[in-house]
Amino acid sequence: MDSFPFELVSPEKLLISEDVQHVVVPGVEGEFGVLAHHAPFMSTLRPGIVQVYKTEGGAPERLFVRGGFADVNPKGLTILADEAIPMSELDAGKLEAAIASAESAASAFEDGPLKIKAQSEVDQLKALRATL
Amino acid sequence: MASLKDLRNRIASVKATQKITKAMQMVAAAKLRRAEMAAAAASPYAERMERVLSNLATSMKGAPEAPLLLSGTGSEQRHLLVVMTADRGLAGGFNSSIARLARDHARRLIAEGKDVRILCVGRKGADILRRQFPGKIDDVISLREVKSIGFGTADEIGARILSEYFEGKFDVATMFFSKFRSVVSQIPTAQQIVPAEIPEGDGASDLNGAIYEYEPSEEEILEELLPKNVKIQILKALLENAASEQGARMSAMDNATRNAGDMIKKLSLVYNRTRQAQITKELIEIISGAEAL
Repeated sequence: MDSFPFELVSPEKLLISEDVQHVVVPGVEGEFGVLAHHAPFMSTLRPGIVQVYKTEGGAPERLFVRGGFADVNPKGLTILADEAIPMSELDAGKLEAAIASAESAASAFEDGPLKIKAQSEVDQLKALRATL
Repeated sequence: MASLKDLRNRIASVKATQKITKAMQMVAAAKLRRAEMAAAAASPYAERMERVLSNLATSMKGAPEAPLLLSGTGSEQRHLLVVMTADRGLAGGFNSSIARLARDHARRLIAEGKDVRILCVGRKGADILRRQFPGKIDDVISLREVKSIGFGTADEIGARILSEYFEGKFDVATMFFSKFRSVVSQIPTAQQIVPAEIPEGDGASDLNGAIYEYEPSEEEILEELLPKNVKIQILKALLENAASEQGARMSAMDNATRNAGDMIKKLSLVYNRTRQAQITKELIEIISGAEAL
């Protein structure tokens, strides 16, 4: 299987930059998988888990991301995450902190599309906590 | 002429000063390394962001419903200057060179009849500008409490600027900070952040003529990407500024340490000469006293 260049960056640092086989990305309208030669595609992300398959049939590397963008173009896949934490470093405390900050952001908005969006982020984070 | 005791005191005090400046230099050097690393770690994100944005903006160009952050308010009357400086002094010309750039910019705008308001990030810039532009400084955001500058800090400042923009309080925002080149060279820079200036990228060649698919719509993505871009630009500026500050302080303190060293040398020379002269004088007195007998 062909591999393609993949980059995962958060504002603070570059987490991953290498050739991979397959990446599963939590898009805002559902998860999507990216293989080599994917058509150009751009999506916003919801809080969730990015799964990176570096080798064929190997175990995926899992990273928690909290919102951001994915850009698929012929040069590869770039994920700009607002926050990215490898699952091995993610603990309940960090997730709780993320939920708390999302909740306070949601309560700051007046009713409207922004509030709905912020509230859905809270719900998604809580759903994620339930799965862990 | 100063007595021997006075000279001894002077030398001791200059030595104490030298110790302090030496310590400050070493602290700045250690902080500089960390600040430089943080600035370097943040640059990939800003770079990728720019690329994604230019890809998007090229395909959005000329669209009638381009977001407010891209198109601007259609007026250039009211300006917001975001002046980023340090919270502490003793960093050579670091604070004053940024403030000077902002001041010149503000004067030019005022001369053109535009409204100018200033938002200071870091206390020192406000101290300098307050005298020249009384009543024009909106607020001062101090970063003194912030241990390490992260996205959270930039997020707060960015959110504040953006909400003022959407409330229609200003038309153009420009930020002033110091670009970090090297320990001895920091370049005060002005950068327009609102409305967004998108670099014309080679977006088309990235795609080989293919067309992007968007999820959700193009507008919604841009709507989310543009505010984020403003915050990222602010983060980048804050980090560069932090590195510049430490660099400037390091070289300023290095100079101060060297000057103190020179001064100690000079003072010791005078001290030794004076002491020798006194001994000679005493000897002459004794000898001439003995000869008189």
